[in-house]
Amino acid sequence: MKITTDKVNSNLVREVEEVSGQKVSACFQCGKCSGGCPVVLTMDVLPHQVLRYAQLGLVDELLHCKTLWICASCQTCDSRCPRNVDIPKVIEALRLLVLRNKGGNYLHPNDLSEKVRRNAPQQGLVSAFRKFAK
Amino acid sequence: MRYSYYPGCTLKTMAKIYEDTALSTAKALGLNLTEIKEWQCCGALYPLNTEEIFSFFSPVRALLQARAGGEDKLLTLCAGCYNVFKRTNKAVREDGELRRKINDYLEDDYIGEVEVVHYLEVLKNDVGFAFLAERVKKKLTGRKLAPYYGCLLLKPWAEMDLDDVENPTIFENFLTALGATVVDYPYKTECCGSYLSMANEDIASAAVGRILVSAYKNGAEAFVVACPLCKYNLEEYQKELFAAGREPQLKLPVVYFTEILAEALAL
Repeated sequence: MKITTDKVNSNLVREVEEVSGQKVSACFQCGKCSGGCPVVLTMDVLPHQVLRYAQLGLVDELLHCKTLWICASCQTCDSRCPRNVDIPKVIEALRLLVLRNKGGNYLHPNDLSEKVRRNAPQQGLVSAFRKFAK
Repeated sequence: MRYSYYPGCTLKTMAKIYEDTALSTAKALGLNLTEIKEWQCCGALYPLNTEEIFSFFSPVRALLQARAGGEDKLLTLCAGCYNVFKRTNKAVREDGELRRKINDYLEDDYIGEVEVVHYLEVLKNDVGFAFLAERVKKKLTGRKLAPYYGCLLLKPWAEMDLDDVENPTIFENFLTALGATVVDYPYKTECCGSYLSMANEDIASAAVGRILVSAYKNGAEAFVVACPLCKYNLEEYQKELFAAGREPQLKLPVVYFTEILAEALAL
């Protein structure tokens, strides 16, 4: 992938910062977020890498990564971040950039398994559709 | 002691036993809970962005109802509701711009004057674990119970401020007061996968597997939880791991802390 000053200064990075309320340049890549993430093993871009990609303006790559749909917003990472970066908010901003486009929904009611439809608590269903659909 | 009470959607249906046992134990301990009027779903999740003002309206409406009821404290049970209410209240108190927008829309003047509390917190601070221990009619001696905190009760710590985020003790002290043997295990605050169980089941299943094995290997006979979604995930994936023969020794019941409390109070 190619890193250019245009990308680094792109409006998309500013949009992520605006929607999340976080400053991506604050991250100094210590990796504590990825070290403690309970679902990191299935991510293609690790939490600290999400911040690094954003710093380098590689937002397009982030909008297509699986990580956006794997983060459970458990907030273990931001509880440990020495730079006070709220990483789930950065991931949420990226997710919203996808979901707000037409056809961007990740989860449709028809996708739910029989087990989920029968047994899942409302709390889980409401949470999932707030995170994965608009 | 009097409190406004917000049940939330899950406690009226899938987690009815959580509400029933909370109300019966509160009554037995002399706590007066009044359900607020005309409440709606709190939204289940606190909005993690700067743009969704609408997400705040439902919790703020409920907080206004609590204020109208005349009580200082709003008591919650579901960890999801607790997280949403506590963070919303703090945001309203501290963010003037957000407060103005919410009040403009709702045509009201809420400034965060109601205090949001969790039942566990009430048992610790208002009832007191020492007093609670005296009220126990049937001590849970010999019961090896694993408290499972999950995420929403504790994180983010700067906003929730219930207990230490890495090494919490409120659940342990509660179970000790009931006479139970507390099982300590490293995964007690690790996320169960939360809403991923609705869409990415493999990931939630793996997360739950690690928690189950960690508790089991440290001698747990049951999990004690405060969140309906944690209970669902722990139970459902345990069944699957068991059925698949991957963890054949696992048969850990998952109960709400209020069920355990009701048992100890012999209700």
